[in-house]
Amino acid sequence: MQWEMVVGLEVHAQMNTNTKIFCGCSTSFGSDPNTQVCPVCLGLPGALPVLNKKVVDYAIKVGLATECKVAGMSRFARKNYFYPDLPKGYQISQFELPILEFGRIGVVDDEGNPKDIGITRIHMEEDAGKLIHPETPGCNYSLVDLNRACVPLIEIVSEPDIRSAKEASQYAKKLREILIYLGVCDGNMNEGSLRIDANVSVRPVGQKEFGTRSETKNVNSFRFLEQAIEYERERQIDLLEEGGVVVQETRLFDSVKGVTKGMRSKEEAHDYRYFPDPDLLPLVIDDEWIERMKGELPELPEARRARFTSDFGLSGDDSDLICQSRDMADFFEQTVKLHNDPKAVANWIMGSIMRDMNKEGLESVADAPITPEHIAGMLDLVKAGTISSTIAKEVFDHMWATGKSARDVVEEKGLVQVTDTSEIEAIVDKILAANPDEVEQYKGGKTKLMGFFVGQIMRESRGKANPGVVNQLLKAKLES
Amino acid sequence: MKITTDQVLHVARLARLEFTAEEAEKFSGQMGAILDYVEKLNELDLEGVAPMAHVHDVVNAFREDEVRPSFANERALKNAPDSEDGCFKVAKIIEGA
Repeated sequence: MQWEMVVGLEVHAQMNTNTKIFCGCSTSFGSDPNTQVCPVCLGLPGALPVLNKKVVDYAIKVGLATECKVAGMSRFARKNYFYPDLPKGYQISQFELPILEFGRIGVVDDEGNPKDIGITRIHMEEDAGKLIHPETPGCNYSLVDLNRACVPLIEIVSEPDIRSAKEASQYAKKLREILIYLGVCDGNMNEGSLRIDANVSVRPVGQKEFGTRSETKNVNSFRFLEQAIEYERERQIDLLEEGGVVVQETRLFDSVKGVTKGMRSKEEAHDYRYFPDPDLLPLVIDDEWIERMKGELPELPEARRARFTSDFGLSGDDSDLICQSRDMADFFEQTVKLHNDPKAVANWIMGSIMRDMNKEGLESVADAPITPEHIAGMLDLVKAGTISSTIAKEVFDHMWATGKSARDVVEEKGLVQVTDTSEIEAIVDKILAANPDEVEQYKGGKTKLMGFFVGQIMRESRGKANPGVVNQLLKAKLES
Repeated sequence: MKITTDQVLHVARLARLEFTAEEAEKFSGQMGAILDYVEKLNELDLEGVAPMAHVHDVVNAFREDEVRPSFANERALKNAPDSEDGCFKVAKIIEGA
């Protein structure tokens, strides 16, 4: 039988506000346990939540960037369940009236055709605390740190429009890019700022009804997302072909083994008894507010890609790669402003800069030891003929290591390209005199030896001889 | 409206309450009576009346995104039945598996 997979994603994104969603406690990461807590986020009796306006600003921006409809009136609801990471006994979320609905993100399907993945809804909610399970053998307790409790999240729920693992990871990547471009989420998947759950089901091709789905949690990279979805697809098809049934359940992805595993199902876990939270007032958003947020939107990745291709003549792949991060795209534009050779700038970014960033595990070019001024300064020197492009690589490494400008590096290291014909001629003569046999062979027709001579001369000049001048002189002498 | 003892026990489990069979029986009658009373609202003609969003006729209360002092750790844990390493200590929780 031919099977078709149906996938929907739920993405939780932490909003990078200074304070929590309903109280003034700091949201900074990595503090000592239970030092960023107050009566509200500890769930102490009588404490009342007050909504952080910035979370609403951020949510509206995400909605505008994903073409959602902003609800004129929305409200908060209590999602009731008992778990020690949730001191109130309920999570404040949104249920029947979310702030945003009916959005979309464009992807390309596996055949290369553009398609839209619908966004069902985006709502605001508070995060839960962190549970720590001491590893000492026989330990019969867990520890609770509530610093993360009440940290603002938005949950972005897609339509079940996704049909392959590739589409799923594309959608998630584009969403992450948008969040980062908007500056509302740092997108750090290792620290849990962006968490993805995948709902996966399969059905025979042609069948209208969806199959029973599983929900896989704990997926913290795009590669794992693809692996988890592929694994679920195979698992469910095998199960059905053997005459079994898929159970609706929550599963965890084990990234070491590349498999998903069923979680012990919490009894009655899905009976959340949502109801409107009487502690919070309805949220009314008027057109003026929406327009103000529209005015604050930066250029989004899709638009920027298109502009980089049309204005700077970059290839689609190059502009894709550079626009993956807003910082990198900014870096590119600033460098081009200083040295107007987009192709050369792009090549240095995709070559040396990305290589060294990877090597040092840098997430953002803003953390790299070099600036647009460094790269532009270096390219100016290449263009002026002061250094060759081979030497430029050496200059780059020095700039990266020391943070010094290209000009300073070139001067200190004496890397100025020699274009002085007499100086180069002296070196050419020296090399020819030292290799009389090769000169004979060359004259006898073995012209491939040209490369050998050039290599010797460049070595003698420590890479500083202008290659054009060397070639010209060498040819003249050998063929005279 | 008839509320069964099973429904009472289900809600009790969700609320982490424990009832004897007699209590469940008694509460099923009481809960049924309460729901019957509320049921009276359905006799009203609400054609054209928008659902109420909140008992107060007020919307939009916000805080600015400014950090306020938090509790010191000792104070946060003051009412905790048990604590360790600055954390609340609770019965072991088994996740996943």
